[in-house]
Amino acid sequence: MTGRLEAELRRRRSEGAKLLVPYVTGGLSPDWTDVVQAVVAAGADAVEVGIPFSDPVMDGPTIQEASIRALARGTTPESILAELSRIDVGVPLVAMTYYNLAFRMGDLRFARSLAAAGVAGAILPDLPLEESGPWEAEAAAAGVETVLLAAPVTPDGRLAEIAGRSRGFVYGVSRMGVTGERASVAASAGVMAKRLKAVTDKPVLIGFGVSTPQQAVEVCAEADGVVVASALLRALLDGGGPEAAGDFVAGLREALDAG
Amino acid sequence: MTMGETIGGAGMGRPGDDGRFGDFGGRFMPEALVPACLELEAAFGQAWGDAGFRAELDALLRDYAGRPSPLTEARNLSERLGVRVLLKRDELNHTGSHKINNVLGQALLTRRMGKRRLVAETGAGQHGVATATAAALFGFDCIVYMGEVDVERQALNVFRMNLLGAEVRPVASGSRTLKDAINEALRDWVSSVETTHYCLGSVMGPHPYPWMVRELQRVIGDEARAQTAALLDGGIPDVVVACVGGGSNAAGIFAGFVDTDARLVGVQPEGGAAIGRGLPGVVHGSKSLLLQDEHGQVKEAHSVSAGLDYPGVGPEHAHLAVAGRAEYPTVADGAVLEAFQLLSRTEGIIPALEPAHALAWVMREAGRGIPSGSTVLVNLCGRGDKDAVEVMRLLKGDPGAGAGG
Repeated sequence: MTGRLEAELRRRRSEGAKLLVPYVTGGLSPDWTDVVQAVVAAGADAVEVGIPFSDPVMDGPTIQEASIRALARGTTPESILAELSRIDVGVPLVAMTYYNLAFRMGDLRFARSLAAAGVAGAILPDLPLEESGPWEAEAAAAGVETVLLAAPVTPDGRLAEIAGRSRGFVYGVSRMGVTGERASVAASAGVMAKRLKAVTDKPVLIGFGVSTPQQAVEVCAEADGVVVASALLRALLDGGGPEAAGDFVAGLREALDAG
Repeated sequence: MTMGETIGGAGMGRPGDDGRFGDFGGRFMPEALVPACLELEAAFGQAWGDAGFRAELDALLRDYAGRPSPLTEARNLSERLGVRVLLKRDELNHTGSHKINNVLGQALLTRRMGKRRLVAETGAGQHGVATATAAALFGFDCIVYMGEVDVERQALNVFRMNLLGAEVRPVASGSRTLKDAINEALRDWVSSVETTHYCLGSVMGPHPYPWMVRELQRVIGDEARAQTAALLDGGIPDVVVACVGGGSNAAGIFAGFVDTDARLVGVQPEGGAAIGRGLPGVVHGSKSLLLQDEHGQVKEAHSVSAGLDYPGVGPEHAHLAVAGRAEYPTVADGAVLEAFQLLSRTEGIIPALEPAHALAWVMREAGRGIPSGSTVLVNLCGRGDKDAVEVMRLLKGDPGAGAGG
């Protein structure tokens, strides 16, 4: 069954849009939900909300810093979900976190908490195919779509299985490494998108190191869309608020729409 | 092959294909690192069953690392405590600890997999020094991640690593100790996995590491089993004791005695007792017991010993604890400092702060939890040279202060 996240992304794709999914660390600042609203107003098709974890091994310095800052403010999974449940942004929300936070709460309870807060999807990057089955089942039971990640080193057979099991969209990692801004898009980003598009008609989004409008356009030559995280967070960490975030995302939207 | 006697039981055999020891273990890794874990699992499985590989490793352990390490009867300490204390002298290995056993095996595997660069984490610096040593011997590039706090309290080991040609990268994130060094090593590995092997230093991390590192350390237990049998007319010690941070030296010596009636005791630092004060959790690639808050955020451990300053524990130890095959008491920093000094004065052996935890437990329990007259085998897994400056600072230059005579 196609969930709300996948249905919405497919609908936008069928309209000819390139998909834009910005990432915001939950609890980063007192007005962080205003940031979420601002990026939606600026043209985001969905928003990835990071639930900060003490040991984010897949993240580079920017998201690490944002996580530490949010945790220092007393942010918890419960506080983020409570705040999200008070807003209605009109596009699907996707929670991104590390598995221990879900495991501690209990898979089903965590999945139900996401659903109750209006979150449509979840990304848990430390749950590879071999470990994610039980979580995927509980999430599906709660109505939450589990987005799986594929990496450049993922062999073809595994890649097809990831694409087959992923819900909402398929997240292609653009290059080998952690999250973070890069001066240029790796050639592996296009290869990743092409390989995924060859095995699935689900929306294929590319993330990790997509920092500028030009890079987003470049990646979308092959991919259905992009996830943009560190570059946006950098603006927020440097003192920007909802307005700066909105401006940044508007720039990406404009470039993607212009093709 | 010496593996494979039990799957999922408490017999320290090969874990299941899912990397589980009972409920613990697994492979909770980003997709980008899963192929490397699969490659390593296959490479180690083949190598461990390959007589040529085993012979090459045995020769390195003998001719380069100085194995077998002796078993020493600690007569003066025994007299004082009223129990018979036997010391497995792994601190006499080249580089000063048991870490070299694991590293030489992983270096051979690295070459076998066609990689030429090693990354490692280190807490006390012993695993970093061992990795830097193997890298020098094999001609590999070597990067060692070490928390800033540890860089400061283990300055001598940082210098040794530099002498050996390794680059030490201080880690400023989080608690700036071992757990953060592991985070940074993993971040490096995900960026460099095609040329780089992550030389993990303990029985933790994703499958196959907990199994592989235990197998590479079981030489301690296998030797000690034969040595104690020779000394005890075919008998076994009543108690086998080792310190536990991640738990590699304990896993190595336990593996030699798990099929006997010996009581297995892993001694944890009071401020890092993942077994007892931790809850099931997932970090650094495996499910184990973990110090964490109610939301699942990992807590910082606190120990006088940098090598045990870790909020988790190897998954097989969590399993042995839950299965009731091993026990994991704790000792306080003060008792550790006393044990450090007592062994120095009674036996002329300055232990590392890590095995001083095991000794502190024996001192405390002799004649109490350990009946008088028992035979106790202690894994002396590291020497204390690296800790001398830190202990001098802690004792304010006054050996004997707080040592209880």
